[in-house]
Amino acid sequence: MGGFDFDVIERSLPYLFKEGMTFTITLTLLAMTGGIIFGTLLAMMRLSSFKPLSVLAGVYVNLMRSIPLVLVIFWFFFLVPYIGAWILREPNPIKVGAFWSALITFTMFEAAYYCEIMRAGIQSIPRGQVWSGYALGLNYWQTMAQIVLPQAFRNMIPVLLTQTIILFQDTSLVYVISATDFLGAAAKIANRDYRLVEMYSFVAVVYFIISYGLSTLVKQLQNRVAIVR
Amino acid sequence: MEPGGTGTYLHYLLVGLAWTLATALAAWVIALIIGAVVGTLRTTPMKWLVRAGNFYVEIFRNIPLIVQMFLWFFVIPELLPTALGDWIKQMPPPWGSYVPAVLCLGIFTSVRVAEQVKAGIQSLPRGQRLAAIATGLTQTQAYRYVILPQAFRIILPPLTSEFMNIVKNSSVALTIGLLELTGRARAMQEFSFRVFEAFSAATVIYLLTNLVVVLGMRMLETKVRVPGLISAGGAPMAGH
Repeated sequence: MGGFDFDVIERSLPYLFKEGMTFTITLTLLAMTGGIIFGTLLAMMRLSSFKPLSVLAGVYVNLMRSIPLVLVIFWFFFLVPYIGAWILREPNPIKVGAFWSALITFTMFEAAYYCEIMRAGIQSIPRGQVWSGYALGLNYWQTMAQIVLPQAFRNMIPVLLTQTIILFQDTSLVYVISATDFLGAAAKIANRDYRLVEMYSFVAVVYFIISYGLSTLVKQLQNRVAIVR
Repeated sequence: MEPGGTGTYLHYLLVGLAWTLATALAAWVIALIIGAVVGTLRTTPMKWLVRAGNFYVEIFRNIPLIVQMFLWFFVIPELLPTALGDWIKQMPPPWGSYVPAVLCLGIFTSVRVAEQVKAGIQSLPRGQRLAAIATGLTQTQAYRYVILPQAFRIILPPLTSEFMNIVKNSSVALTIGLLELTGRARAMQEFSFRVFEAFSAATVIYLLTNLVVVLGMRMLETKVRVPGLISAGGAPMAGH
């Protein structure tokens, strides 16, 4: 392998992981948390018997699922400064960094996918559970929070985690708004030192190890949390 | 939209849509062929074939699409023999990114097709295979005449959503310079500052494409439905 210089990887390890991977993992974890919360609310809206609410949630979810993530990233990157200005009543678009823009994008986008998972989870709970909740005198929110959602969540943990692994891989698309995630950091060094082959191969290997490791863990977890019926 | 009076921006975006579809369709052919083969192999009784199939699936499922795109575009030409690598790198503009994008998307999606094919085959009652063997068919014939024709009809709905995924995922090819729909919407934003119009138009075009594909496939699904089955609804799967 004459022309290759793999030292460049070793030299840039601190930058790649301290800057890049930290960005990627923080973004993944925060977007997962936000996405699951917002997604669960969307799922509850979709299952609501109040029509406007379920239609609204349905339109949102289907819209998000019909357009490419890259386009969604561009949309939010462009819109968030204006929305921020509108919320804060500033006359001019506010400055929003790539991280916050990406976080909002991924939370809003992944919520649509988490919503469908949580909806399936909620629908898998027998109706009798809800009725007994009401019979005990609990209101809608209490029934949801204490009876339905814990079970739905538990049933769906493996799928939610699998979706999170996909989210982890998808965060690499913030490359298109020049954010310094793991791939972005590697790309910067690759272009600076003209070491594209080495850097991108390394990035692929790292992503593979992490994703493969996590999905193996999810498979094991799946066997453990499977409820015996 | 109001593209500065000339009316050519819409045309510019529609050419982008044509590239999106051309990429998606070519990649879809690759994905279906490899996916069908790999998915089928993973259900055969031969252990080493199953293992090879699993290996293929794990590799391409656990590396982000954009990184795979970079591997096809930047890395592979360098690893090939110099003459071939140079030839690839010197392909004229749209083809230089189109070919790697198609290969990348095709193989990326083939893994997901393979998963669906495998699930479809495994969803058939065991009796189908046993009965086929009992009537004197060989393994290959059993697959050809009994198992695969049923499996493919069962997995049509998930395949529809995989096709939509390939259309959406083709937007990642803008990172290697392919001016497909999303790439053109962004380019318009850069030279005309009509951000809102450009992205709105692209969004609407994606939605319409989605609608056409879904309606078309629904017609096909009713046509090829396996008589006697309720419907082919799968368990919820994570995915994009």
